[in-house]
Amino acid sequence: MSYKIAIASGKGGTGKTTVAVNLYNVIAKYHEQDVLLVDCDVEEPNDLLFFSGAKRLDGEVVSHRVPELDLDRCTFCRKCSEYCEFNAITVIPPVKFAAVNPDLCHSCGACLYACKDHALVEKRVGIGELTRYDIGLGAGLVEGKMNVGLALQTPVIRYIKDKTRDFNGIALYDAPPGTSCSVVSTVADSDYVILVTEPTPFGLHDLRLAAGIAREMGKPFGVVVNKTGIGNNDLYEYLEQEGIALLAGIPFKKEYAEKYAGGALLSDAYGEYEAFFKTIANNILKSKGL
Amino acid sequence: MKTVITSKGDSFDSPLDPRFGRCAWFCLYDEQTGEAEFMKNDSVDVAGGAGTRTAEKMIEWNVKKVISGDYGPKAKDLLDRFNVQLVIMKNEDKTVGEIVGKLKERSGD
Amino acid sequence: MIREITVLSGKGGTGKTTVTAALAALAKTTVFSDCDVDAADLHLLLHPEIIEAYPFESGWKVSIDKDVCTSCGMCAEACRFNAIHLHHGSFVVDPYQCEGCRLCERICPVSAITSQRSMNNFWYVSDTRFGPLVHAQMGPGEENSGKLVTTVRKKAKEIAEDLNFSLILNDGPPGIGCPVISSITGVDTVVMITEPSSSGLHDVERLVGLTGKFNLETFAVINKYDLHPEMGRKIEKKLATLGVPLIAKIPFDENMVNSMVWGKTIIEFDPNAESTRILRGIWETITK
Repeated sequence: MSYKIAIASGKGGTGKTTVAVNLYNVIAKYHEQDVLLVDCDVEEPNDLLFFSGAKRLDGEVVSHRVPELDLDRCTFCRKCSEYCEFNAITVIPPVKFAAVNPDLCHSCGACLYACKDHALVEKRVGIGELTRYDIGLGAGLVEGKMNVGLALQTPVIRYIKDKTRDFNGIALYDAPPGTSCSVVSTVADSDYVILVTEPTPFGLHDLRLAAGIAREMGKPFGVVVNKTGIGNNDLYEYLEQEGIALLAGIPFKKEYAEKYAGGALLSDAYGEYEAFFKTIANNILKSKGL
Repeated sequence: MKTVITSKGDSFDSPLDPRFGRCAWFCLYDEQTGEAEFMKNDSVDVAGGAGTRTAEKMIEWNVKKVISGDYGPKAKDLLDRFNVQLVIMKNEDKTVGEIVGKLKERSGD
Repeated sequence: MIREITVLSGKGGTGKTTVTAALAALAKTTVFSDCDVDAADLHLLLHPEIIEAYPFESGWKVSIDKDVCTSCGMCAEACRFNAIHLHHGSFVVDPYQCEGCRLCERICPVSAITSQRSMNNFWYVSDTRFGPLVHAQMGPGEENSGKLVTTVRKKAKEIAEDLNFSLILNDGPPGIGCPVISSITGVDTVVMITEPSSSGLHDVERLVGLTGKFNLETFAVINKYDLHPEMGRKIEKKLATLGVPLIAKIPFDENMVNSMVWGKTIIEFDPNAESTRILRGIWETITK
């Protein structure tokens, strides 16, 4: 059986990564099912930093198909450039010039339908890296990383999700921060969404946005409140009003923050911290009979 | 020879538009005939690749010189390739009319 | 000459917006812009009074006319994003998978597919107690925030020109992708707000890899420095190797969070705090 949980947060820095890595750790330790961690925060993947003994198993180039132009066949009709919604093809008929800009290409294939002269042939172009790690317990970590300076988060996320789709067990997808299309594509085929927030005005504002997306996509979701004790009560009032499940509240403690900053797994360091994650795991998985 | 000046509006009183790809208007000035024509830039609103689209137009119109404030790397590459001269005007206070006047003076010498 | 400064952070949650707001409280004759258009937060501290609102066109919304569609399935087969599915016997477009390439629309033999620009985004010109603010609200799941960033910055520049202001302060987006590039293209100074954690260390490197490609001056600030002084020192070393000057270290201050709860900047909330003093120093250094 396979069960996919996406971990997202409207606001960055609320502890989304903390929740992902510690939940992984606890499921790997105490649950029968196999568990896989997939880092979809492809702009800044950070999950790996919490597993000091991680061993790289293998990796592959994340690529997508980009057309190349055969200028001997091209008649400079401009049809491909008209079809391209992303302005990735330049054609200047009077000077017989045509070129593809791989940085803007979304690999949709529309230009291939446009070209009647067979002047376009697709080649694979690298846009990132996928790396698999053995991290001790569990089925390991799959990390996606986009090449610096590109704007192709979604294709990289699609690629790593495709590669982990058939995993037989519980897959945890650590989403990018925010509420943009890359978050949507991480959440897209998940069975459950955990939204991580903090009890501050920023946290509440961004949670509203994230909860809006989860609702619109028809995903069941619950909220983990990190750093309880700071801020105010507005967040809890919101959760109650909206009838949103509160999965767990993790208190703010300076010693946690210090340990976290050093890249430690808090669920290994503190029994009480591990207990929060046992609660979260049970809350989500029990109802599914897992 | 044809020159394009990127313009914020459609008249000689308009100031130079410092953005090349997403400029509002083009003033196309023909040195031979001394005529100037204003054309709207329809690449202003494209999501990405505005610079390349605009550069494409320059080459198609057989423009040899562009006067603007800033060029992106991709537009610059394309214009360089077709030997289009790029003039960077940092002084944004100049109107298109003043710039065309300067060009006329120079060709009159 | 108008100077433009962008505050960046790489990873979220380092206190970038809190710092930007504090700098705004210190600024004179400055226009502010919130380029963090995906889940923007600066308005929660600046309390803008909206003067102008503009809709912002973004991606395509594609729909299939059930009455015209013959269910031939050509579109679903051609779609590379797996965005067209058979639902109760008819084909529908999943807006969350659709990239807006419009290939389906072009190849449909009976022209059953049409697309319209989504009008789910807005951007605003507002007044705040510190000066004019240009900010935006992106609809959830919307694309294309790079273009929105460009729009917001363009307006901020226009306002600065009109008012004869000398400075623009941008609150930049997190990450290193397209919106970040749009938020630093053509600016004079970038201030990086980081924190002493292993992710902070990692992000500093990726971020400098990006800003290094631009012709601008970069400064770094380590926020919540005392949460992990050892990691802080590692970041200091890294910054030194990268040639980025570290201009301030701000200690963890619970009043930073408390001021946020009250919707104020730390400068107003606690004028005598150590962090207030340090922030004043940062403002002096970056506007010199």
